[in-house]
Amino acid sequence: MVVTGRNGAGKSSLLRVVAGLVRIAAGHLTLDGGEPDAPIAEQAHYLGHQDALKPSLTVSENLQFWTEFFGAGRHAVEAALNTVDLSPLAGLPAAYLSAGQRRRLSIARLVGVPRPIWLLDEPTSALDAPSQKRLAELMRDHLAGGGMIVAAAHGPIGLERARELKLGDA
Amino acid sequence: MNAFTTLLIRDMRLATRVGGGALMGALFFLIVVVMMPFAIGPDLALLARIGPAILWLGALLASLLALDRLFATDHEDGSLDLLMMGSLPLELSVATKAIAHWLTTGLPLVLIAPVLGLMLNVELHAMGWLALTLLAGTPALTFIGLIGAALSVALRRGGLLLAVLVLPLTVPVLIFGVAAANAAIVGPTPFGPPFTILCALSLMSFVVGPIAAAAALRHGLE
Repeated sequence: MVVTGRNGAGKSSLLRVVAGLVRIAAGHLTLDGGEPDAPIAEQAHYLGHQDALKPSLTVSENLQFWTEFFGAGRHAVEAALNTVDLSPLAGLPAAYLSAGQRRRLSIARLVGVPRPIWLLDEPTSALDAPSQKRLAELMRDHLAGGGMIVAAAHGPIGLERARELKLGDA
Repeated sequence: MNAFTTLLIRDMRLATRVGGGALMGALFFLIVVVMMPFAIGPDLALLARIGPAILWLGALLASLLALDRLFATDHEDGSLDLLMMGSLPLELSVATKAIAHWLTTGLPLVLIAPVLGLMLNVELHAMGWLALTLLAGTPALTFIGLIGAALSVALRRGGLLLAVLVLPLTVPVLIFGVAAANAAIVGPTPFGPPFTILCALSLMSFVVGPIAAAAALRHGLE
């Protein structure tokens, strides 16, 4: 599903609510077919505006921390780095990465740890055309595997058959 | 490797790499203690009497020094959001960060305190006791400071607020820490009672600190 709307319409807030980072004033969230005991936050990936990378750690140390913190093994790191074409930079401190490379590194986190829901907040920002295509492939793979994606976006992000939720001040 | 150890190692790595605050506290501690005899003068008896108090005060201020960055950096780069989405309860994540912080800033203070005691004419046999009181008391300083760090996380330049919030809560630790150290060095009061209270304060902060800090973070980030 793609969430669209003007600046300030509440796209990011909606994603943060689903991610469990903002408490809901009323109502409740359920996930059909998910694990009933685990909160949705533990079954979702959140890709926000910030990349959650530490400049003094290397590329692979950054990714390794998040994959292990979210319960995946060390082996996931190399495969995930390969999918975003960052393996040659694995030993470089993250401080030297460009904005697009940082974005790709945080996308590698989604690939490294399997979780059914992806919450993407303007995922294509800072990405060049080939990387955007690569991200679209990853998203299609994720959907084909039975996953779910909620993305906030202003332009097309490469998902043709996505449902659209238009937020506005109607 | 589970989430606990991986977070512990990551935070210790960050503290010891460039830009981390691992040795800042120890350096500040060194400066305070080295300058003190110059200010007070060469009265050895006086230095020996107030030595434990100076060491404790220096350790207290030094351990507050790097606390404001404990959550602030994770908040700025979005890591804190992700830490909240892990399967590790936030209380445990917060406690893990505190342990890593103590290992990289509190423990060095304990280790260099005996050496610095020499400058304050603290007796050799008393160094061990003094270090023991610091070992028991500095974790309490970190875990109490944790609450302040969590409360001031969303503020820019929250360091001053943190000191105002945390310092009053650390007064009991300071009182019983110095009391225990004095009892061990000059007597005649027994060492046991103040030292056990110091340990009790530490144990209490291990429980209250992470729970209060996690609650503060959940509210502060909305």
